[in-house]
Amino acid sequence: MNTLNFPIISLVTFFPLIGALVVMLIHKERKEALRKAALIFSLVEFVISLPLLIYFNSGTHEMQFVEQVPWIESFGISYFVGIDGISLWIVILTTFITPICVLSSWTYIQKWVKEYMVCMLFLEAAMIGALVALDLVLFYVFWELMLIPMYLLIGVWGGPRRIYAAVKFFLFTAAGSVFMLLAIIFLFYYNYKVTGVYTFNLLELYKVNIPVSIQFWLCTAFFLSFAIKVPMFPLHTWLPDAHVEAPTAGSVILAGVLLKMGTYGFLRFAMPLFPYATHQYIPIIATLSVIGIVYGAMVAMVQPDMKKLVAYSSVSHLGIVMLGLFAFNMQGIEGGIYQMLNHGVSTGALFLIVGMLYERRHTRMIADFGGLSKVMPILATFFMIATLSSIAVPGTNGFVGEFMVLIGAYRSYPVFAIIAVSGAILSAMYMLWMYQRVMFCSLDKPENQNLKDLNAREIITLLPLAILVFVMGFFPGLFLRKMDATVEHFIKQYNQRYEAYAQQQTAQLDMKIAAALEGTKEPAAVD
Amino acid sequence: METLEFVIPALNIKAIMPQIILCLTALIVLLVGVFSGREKNSQLGYLSLMGVALALVSVLLFSGERESAYSGMLLVDGFASFVSLTVCIVTLLTILISINYQKFFTEINSGEYYCLVLFAAFGMTLMGASGNLLMVFLALETMSISIYVLAGYQQGREKSIESALKYFLLGAFASGFLLYGFALIYGATGTLDITKIGTFLNAHPQILHTPLMMGGLALMTVGFGFKVAMVPFHMWTPDVYEGAPTSVTAFMASGVKAAAFAALIRVYFIALDSLQVDWTAVMWAFAFLTMTVGNVIAISQNNIKRMLAYSSIAHAGYLLVGFVAGSQLALTGILFYLLSYAFMNMGAFGVIALLGKQGEEYTELADFRGLGFKYPLMGLAMAVFMFSMAGIPPTAGFMGKFYIFSAAIKSGYIWLAIIGVINSVISIYYYLRVIIVMYFQEAEQEVSMPAPSPAIVVALVLAAAGVLLMGILPSYFWNIAQNSVFTFI
Repeated sequence: MNTLNFPIISLVTFFPLIGALVVMLIHKERKEALRKAALIFSLVEFVISLPLLIYFNSGTHEMQFVEQVPWIESFGISYFVGIDGISLWIVILTTFITPICVLSSWTYIQKWVKEYMVCMLFLEAAMIGALVALDLVLFYVFWELMLIPMYLLIGVWGGPRRIYAAVKFFLFTAAGSVFMLLAIIFLFYYNYKVTGVYTFNLLELYKVNIPVSIQFWLCTAFFLSFAIKVPMFPLHTWLPDAHVEAPTAGSVILAGVLLKMGTYGFLRFAMPLFPYATHQYIPIIATLSVIGIVYGAMVAMVQPDMKKLVAYSSVSHLGIVMLGLFAFNMQGIEGGIYQMLNHGVSTGALFLIVGMLYERRHTRMIADFGGLSKVMPILATFFMIATLSSIAVPGTNGFVGEFMVLIGAYRSYPVFAIIAVSGAILSAMYMLWMYQRVMFCSLDKPENQNLKDLNAREIITLLPLAILVFVMGFFPGLFLRKMDATVEHFIKQYNQRYEAYAQQQTAQLDMKIAAALEGTKEPAAVD
Repeated sequence: METLEFVIPALNIKAIMPQIILCLTALIVLLVGVFSGREKNSQLGYLSLMGVALALVSVLLFSGERESAYSGMLLVDGFASFVSLTVCIVTLLTILISINYQKFFTEINSGEYYCLVLFAAFGMTLMGASGNLLMVFLALETMSISIYVLAGYQQGREKSIESALKYFLLGAFASGFLLYGFALIYGATGTLDITKIGTFLNAHPQILHTPLMMGGLALMTVGFGFKVAMVPFHMWTPDVYEGAPTSVTAFMASGVKAAAFAALIRVYFIALDSLQVDWTAVMWAFAFLTMTVGNVIAISQNNIKRMLAYSSIAHAGYLLVGFVAGSQLALTGILFYLLSYAFMNMGAFGVIALLGKQGEEYTELADFRGLGFKYPLMGLAMAVFMFSMAGIPPTAGFMGKFYIFSAAIKSGYIWLAIIGVINSVISIYYYLRVIIVMYFQEAEQEVSMPAPSPAIVVALVLAAAGVLLMGILPSYFWNIAQNSVFTFI
């Protein structure tokens, strides 16, 4: 169903590529022109994506603005894209954050500006593609495609250990996703065996009834891939490395959108495709999420490096998202999605601020700073807003998301929710402590005494995020109402299908027991 | 009323049109090379190029027909024309690369060189079309002997001579195995005709597991295994690939592989179809070993040609996965993969052949430091080929792996598919090394690229276009491959 009669999603997906092409044509020495062109294209991209929001019908759970064109017909692969309440906001977040990233790299990136901007726009296209794809192969193509520009961003413009971080990032993600590819292919043939139709159409594959034993393995493959991307507790080690080495804008995109791909993948693919296996996994995922929340927070507390601290806080925050999603109730899932957006805004802002400090002082060590609020009051204000949002103070966006997740989690598994609350307390500790050490205390280091406060460009970079923190904190309804119908349907569908599988299982079990009983009874009957 | 009847001799020229063109061009090039002086030889490459282009056109014109020519010696079907198509593309790209490469190694600029390339191509196209074991052998030898000579073409470089000698000695040995295998099969079945062996074995299942048949099968597997660089018969590959002139290495890696796989498929799936259960189990193990050994050893290589040699072993492993799966889908996948491998491999070697100076070439990985930004288009092309080899979408390499692994899953070889994808993750590591060196490291020494000739630019553009086209719009190529397989069985 496409109410606009216009391939708006394709336009939004591929417009950044057009931008990348144009940027490629500009001479590499004209750095200012390159930056401006990239900024204009990413801004236009944001404007183009707004109709999605305006014409989005929040009364239905159906996919909207759908486009479907056969792509590889012999395999039933099609170019099938659409948006629903789950993906809508993340797409908008992507188009919103990219211009900010371009702005933030204005002076930070001096080397290979052209290539950098091309990577940025390319990455944007790949991320949006992955978010709107409703065909499994199409999704996989975009999913893998995201790796290349991000890999280059870390590897070319990153810090001293960039090569290690870039390779680790690439290998971790690729290792997870190849198993998902196998599972996708297996699912495809299984569907063919049952229905006789060759299709990778996600909406069709939702309907397949997959035997529990197979479902378990397929689900594991999908979970592995997404859990690495999120990243969940034991698989998170690539994240701090990637964050620390990536250039500021790379970190912002990584935290803001790329990590959301993992949680989005759970929601869109793993959970609805394999409800029974997912249900079996709930205790494991919830445990790992809670470990992630507490562990991430505790490791963050002892970091001497600000960027690493924020990176570990991401692990903790993503744990909260996962906990919410796996609560399987309205508050939990909506809170989880909301928390994904919040994390993009607040952590994005924090990375930007750390980047701005780094640009001035070429260090990120907390010990090198102190008393900055005296010389940089504007930065201190923005930093405060981002910090408060990150520790979920009421009135900021973080509060809404975390509160909803905790309510949802409490309804499903109270013990985990209680432990998760400690994560919220810990986050207040490490964030405020860092803030105190960097911004307050005495301004004793001579290097810090002449630091310049933010310039106009930097203020423009941070202002949208700061405003969003309060808008999302005071008017969550604006955002949540768009997802209501989809999430409601999602939960209903999930529960129905889980029930169906559970009944199948009990029926099979009954039959087995009956058969076993028959076996024991028969000799007795002869007696 | 009497009419005079002319009996037209049964010379089916149409069936071997591409081969005739290749052969004639080879002879013309040789003659022109002899009668024109050394200095005027620069036109030889373009002359051979025209011949190959003509052959390519004739392949495209006569494809889709299905006939058996010269009393079953040749089977000219869709399969054969797909192999010819691949070989012609490989040869075309090889010649384009050679035209640039001869700036560094002037000895290449001779009639003999291009003549041998064309003769090798002639042998390769015949391998895909042979309907008789003897024909397989003749075609294989035509191809191999030409390539033995080509491998040693840089008389001044010791490595090149070593490469030629090694390849020749081991290759001759492998040919012996192959021929012995053919002889044993002939002894068991009384025929060398591939189709007839198949029907005979179907009709007489009692001889299937006799020592004669089993011995024949084993010896043939060794012989073919050598040509496709299957582990454990791969030992020659790295040395030969490293030593041979880069243009020849490219030709060997893509062309020989395609031709040898074509013959392998034809012999095993038609003649030895009844033994499929037996050879599938063996090939499963070989596929596993070939993928794993190739990828694992490639990790520690510092010479890019050696690295690509091990990578070519690994790619043979992926192709063997399709071979094990054995369905029509899998065979189509193999054909698709061969064509996509031809594009990406020729492209990668083409980029390597860009660098060099008089009598010297730069093939250490470290030589590529920082070149990605110094020569952006070259870097971009290499990146595309590397990502394709690693199987990252949207490239031909991804689609090829997608088809082959999905065929394996469909046929129930899930473990082999799992091993395959684990291997492709391993391979990502060393393909990324090239990108790391090119983009993430600063240039230290003075490695500069002399202005490339237009020929190699065309070659790289063609290869990159092929890689991207097969990755983004695979349907067209897939349908051709599928039709080829349908007319084959």
